Amino acid sequence: MTILEPGRKQTVTSVQAPRVGAGLFDARQLVSSLPDALRKLDPRRMITSPVMFVVEIGAVFTTVLAITDSSTFSWWITAWLWITVVFANLAEAVAEGRGRAQAATLRATKQETPARRLTDGLEEVVSSSDLRLGDLVVVEAGEVIPGDGDVVEGVASVDESAITGESAPVIRESGGDRSAVTGGTKVLSDRIVVKITARPGESFVDRMIAMVEGAARQKTPNEIALNILLASLTIIFLLAVVTLQPFAGYSGQLQSMIVLVALLVCLIPTTIGALLSAIGIAGMDRLVQRNVLAMSGRAVEAAGDVNVLLLDKTGTITFGNRQAVELLPVAGVEEPALADAAQLASLADQTPEGRSVVVLAKQRYGLRERHTGELPGATFVEFTAQTRMSGVDLADGHQVRKGAAGSVLGWVRDHGGRPDIAVDDVVDGVAAAGGTPLVVAELRDGEARILGVIHLADVVKSGMRERFDELRAMGIRTVMVTGDNPVTAKAIAEQAGVDDFLAEAKPEDKMALIKREQAGGRLVAMTGDGTNDAPALAQADVGVAMNTGTSAAKEAGNMVDLDSDPTKLIEIVEIGKQLLITRGALTTFSIANDIAKYFAIIPAMFAVVYPQLDALNIMRLATPQSAILSAVIFNALIIVALIPLALRGVRYRPLSAAAMLQRNALVYGLGGIVVPFIGIKLVDLLVSAIPGIG
Amino acid sequence: MSATAAGLLQIALLLVLLAVVFKPLGDYMARVFTSTRHLAAERAFYRIVRVDPEADQRWSTYLLSALGFSAMSVLLLYAVLRLQDLLPLSLGFDGMPPALAFNTATSFVANTNWQSYAGESTLGYTAQMAGLTVQNFLSAAAGLAVAIALIRGLTRHRTDRLGNFWVDLTRGVVRILLPIAFLFALVLVAGGVVQNFTAPYEVTTLGGAVQSVLGGPVASQEVIKLLGTNGGGFFNVNSAHPFENPNALTNLLEIFLLLVIPVSLARTYGVMVKDKRQGYAVLAAMAVLWGAALVAVTAAEVNHPGTVPQAVGAATEGKEVRFDVWGSALFANSTTGTSTGAVNSMHASYTGAGGGVVMLNMMLGEVSPGGVGSGLYGMVVLAILAVFLAGLMVGRTPEYLGKKIGRYEISLVALYILAMPFALLIGAAIAASFDDTRASLLGDGPQGLSEILYAFASGANNNGSAFAGLTANTDYYNTALGLAMLIGRFTTIVLVLALAGALARQQPTPVTAGTLPTHRPLFVGLHSVTVIIVAGLTFFPALALGPIAVALA
Repeated sequence: MTILEPGRKQTVTSVQAPRVGAGLFDARQLVSSLPDALRKLDPRRMITSPVMFVVEIGAVFTTVLAITDSSTFSWWITAWLWITVVFANLAEAVAEGRGRAQAATLRATKQETPARRLTDGLEEVVSSSDLRLGDLVVVEAGEVIPGDGDVVEGVASVDESAITGESAPVIRESGGDRSAVTGGTKVLSDRIVVKITARPGESFVDRMIAMVEGAARQKTPNEIALNILLASLTIIFLLAVVTLQPFAGYSGQLQSMIVLVALLVCLIPTTIGALLSAIGIAGMDRLVQRNVLAMSGRAVEAAGDVNVLLLDKTGTITFGNRQAVELLPVAGVEEPALADAAQLASLADQTPEGRSVVVLAKQRYGLRERHTGELPGATFVEFTAQTRMSGVDLADGHQVRKGAAGSVLGWVRDHGGRPDIAVDDVVDGVAAAGGTPLVVAELRDGEARILGVIHLADVVKSGMRERFDELRAMGIRTVMVTGDNPVTAKAIAEQAGVDDFLAEAKPEDKMALIKREQAGGRLVAMTGDGTNDAPALAQADVGVAMNTGTSAAKEAGNMVDLDSDPTKLIEIVEIGKQLLITRGALTTFSIANDIAKYFAIIPAMFAVVYPQLDALNIMRLATPQSAILSAVIFNALIIVALIPLALRGVRYRPLSAAAMLQRNALVYGLGGIVVPFIGIKLVDLLVSAIPGIG
Repeated sequence: MSATAAGLLQIALLLVLLAVVFKPLGDYMARVFTSTRHLAAERAFYRIVRVDPEADQRWSTYLLSALGFSAMSVLLLYAVLRLQDLLPLSLGFDGMPPALAFNTATSFVANTNWQSYAGESTLGYTAQMAGLTVQNFLSAAAGLAVAIALIRGLTRHRTDRLGNFWVDLTRGVVRILLPIAFLFALVLVAGGVVQNFTAPYEVTTLGGAVQSVLGGPVASQEVIKLLGTNGGGFFNVNSAHPFENPNALTNLLEIFLLLVIPVSLARTYGVMVKDKRQGYAVLAAMAVLWGAALVAVTAAEVNHPGTVPQAVGAATEGKEVRFDVWGSALFANSTTGTSTGAVNSMHASYTGAGGGVVMLNMMLGEVSPGGVGSGLYGMVVLAILAVFLAGLMVGRTPEYLGKKIGRYEISLVALYILAMPFALLIGAAIAASFDDTRASLLGDGPQGLSEILYAFASGANNNGSAFAGLTANTDYYNTALGLAMLIGRFTTIVLVLALAGALARQQPTPVTAGTLPTHRPLFVGLHSVTVIIVAGLTFFPALALGPIAVALA
């Protein structure tokens, strides 16, 4: 459980974060990735994509045929089959290229740096690459931290912008949950001793580079399953095409091998086969663009399947601190008077809660903030755990106190006052609403009396309720986890609109909750940063560790959020879903395309022996050659046309599954049937102008 | 009454009959396969065959039981057919030659009932009854058992047990097929179907010639031929024969019988998965496919553009006058949509389009509504495929009824959709390639190719109907079609049971708003489209050179 410490870096990102959507795509990337695409023609690399491997074999085959039996038609077909393969490789190369740019920046942080290794109290300077697990190194202001590790001594402010892109320095100190430091980041002040926790070559930055470059990318379970289906569709079409020749022979019109290869390539699901790995890489890339680093593609896929989100109350659902939201005077006291006293009592209180009272007094009652210097002779009473109240004794004998109800009431009685019982009702009312009541009292002219109550409350970030509603529509349940008592927790849960809450939560409770949900077949996502979060992070299906957290937490989770923004969990889920939707949409599109291709190619193949089949040539394609070539060209061009979509992901809006299916089935299913009819016809208009084809 | 009105009335009557029995029969079958009690007769049977009815089998054991049982059945039937001259009531017929006996034995055990022989001139009463009719019951019950095992795979969680094949088989025969068959055999006899053991009658025809007319125990075989979606007729011309199917009423009854179990199984499915809407969705997909095909076949036959058909009002060649075009098209569509393969008209005489559609019915994989058991498991496998394709589009990894469709599950589904086209296309391609296999064809050009395609579509999908014209009683066709039937029936059973095993092992995922709903009209549409697209894309080139070329000529 996160315990908020003052000064801890809190990234309060706007809740209305940009919706998952566009990543930049520049047509120039196609050109710059071309050399990579050509290198990928190596059959040993092609075989990882069974569909495109078949196309490559087909291209080799037609090349041989075109050489032995040269014709305009055979050379055109051959050329476009090769182009098809190159386009497929281009998709992957462009996706990888985008990651590579990020990797280059990261690599710059990985320069060899001198490290001051501490051995038995003696310092020696070694190279960062010589550091071993468990070595202690000293880093002082202005020096670069030589490797990943935990601070074991001292406290320092560290510039982590090389990794996070966030320019504000963060505090790193020994012990607690802010001890982890990353190699390549820079100490700005003070001196720390760091214990190295990563082997050379296995540091966080190394892993990041490998992930964004796609080198460490393994196919995810769903991607493998889809590949199996695509491979089996390829076999079915191979069967259909191979057996077509005997039928053609029976019918009296044997087909040329070139035409059969062209038919096969058009039928097998090349569109999705070509784009499948680019979709996966781009999904990871979209996470990286949002400063989230997934340690495996599997986690991204799991994010799409998540049923339950465990969200820490503090920092995720509510702002980090309680704030004064209301002043409740007792009978006979004017609100401004209460506000004035409350402000006075809080002037010396530098806690966020204290500041919020001053802010409220200013905003709601127009009270100018007074500085302690304006009150000569005043004695400020600090809050202590014993007195549980703070306040001020002014020079004229006027005293003001604010604090826990019991303490302040006691203070009033001690000074001879008789507190009104009505105040108890106000206090209870605030507590029942999930707030914290602070009672304000004063001693003026020897008379002590209660003025009223400050209502401190957790303030739910704006827009959270809407996001939870969206999540609910997507079938995702949100559970708020808090250390608060059940009454407070319930009040905030209702206010924020979460589905459920876990109050007075200890790390074990969180773990038990995750296991219970998983036993019911649900997938759980959570964020965490502390060492005691680590087991739960490891247990969760999607465990997002905050970059500010301990290395134990980062090791345990399968994603790291470099911005340390727990709200981002919602975006991660959306990116996971978008990845799966993109895959499904392009698969559907790819298969639906085949209908038009049949209508183009089959009548063309058998025009001589069965002229009646020309009735199927509903696109009225010019000649048999132009029809077949047009289908092949369309098949290649559609790959390039869809690269931006594969990289960007299809538009995602939080909708119920039924609504989403309806929309996507219409766009990509029906669209997949219609588009190629138009596309092939347009290509045919151009192609039929080629001598020897038209 | 006009032909159209009569035709529509028949269809309406059929639908009413099916609607009436759908719920009670479906619920009854669900009870049969979930009940823990054994009937006394069943208990006695288990003791005799030494089976422990309480044993819960793993998928592999269930499969081995099913395969072992079928293998034994093939051997036994093969022996009966080869040695029928030694059996009583053989009517003096010789034993079958080896290739034909192999073909016939596999055909009846695989629930295909492709007949390369003419019943009345080849088989005696014992072979018909003890051999063929028995298999008509058993092969249907075996298909039913496999479907039930798949349902258990979907409904059971974290277990490797799928039930007991012997119990499922026995209950299918004793509690479902036998009682219904007994009841409707009597109805058929009342309707004019013959049932006797008399020697052939000598009849002098109006023209003065003497003709030998064979009777026999027809009604008892007729009823299970349809009820078990078998299709193997007592007589060569099958349900076109007046002793098998004497009038329009028995015709309607026969169509009802061949549809009743496959249709009602959708209800059984819904009840057993504890979500009746899932059953209705499967039924709806079946109905969409059946209905669309019926409209197409009927339209093609009624509106034939040829001179003679225009003159007489419809394409009547090869159809019985007593059933008319509507009754024939309804029968043809239902017999090919189920894996029955009984015929009351000659499908070869259908128009190019009509013949193409009934052929496509089989190529869909026999799912509209399919054979007893096999229709349901085929439909569920295709629903899983539809879920895999469409499910991703809702942003989750695919799941069906809470079970994840991962790489293992989709591999099995992929092999399932590969098996039938493999047997069909390879067999047909070889037949189209050689002069001596082409010699069996009656038609030439695209009509000839249709004959080949139809035969292998019928074999690989365990339908059993024939596109008359093909002389199939040759060694190549007997063997190749026998293999096609075995592949079409048993590789799919292996895959379905493996799939059931994989599904049963899983922990189910709870249904949320994010789950792809598989009971809504949209999914029914996707499911039907998936069935059509898979078959359409696979067979379009072949169909273009056969029935489509005929239709467009």
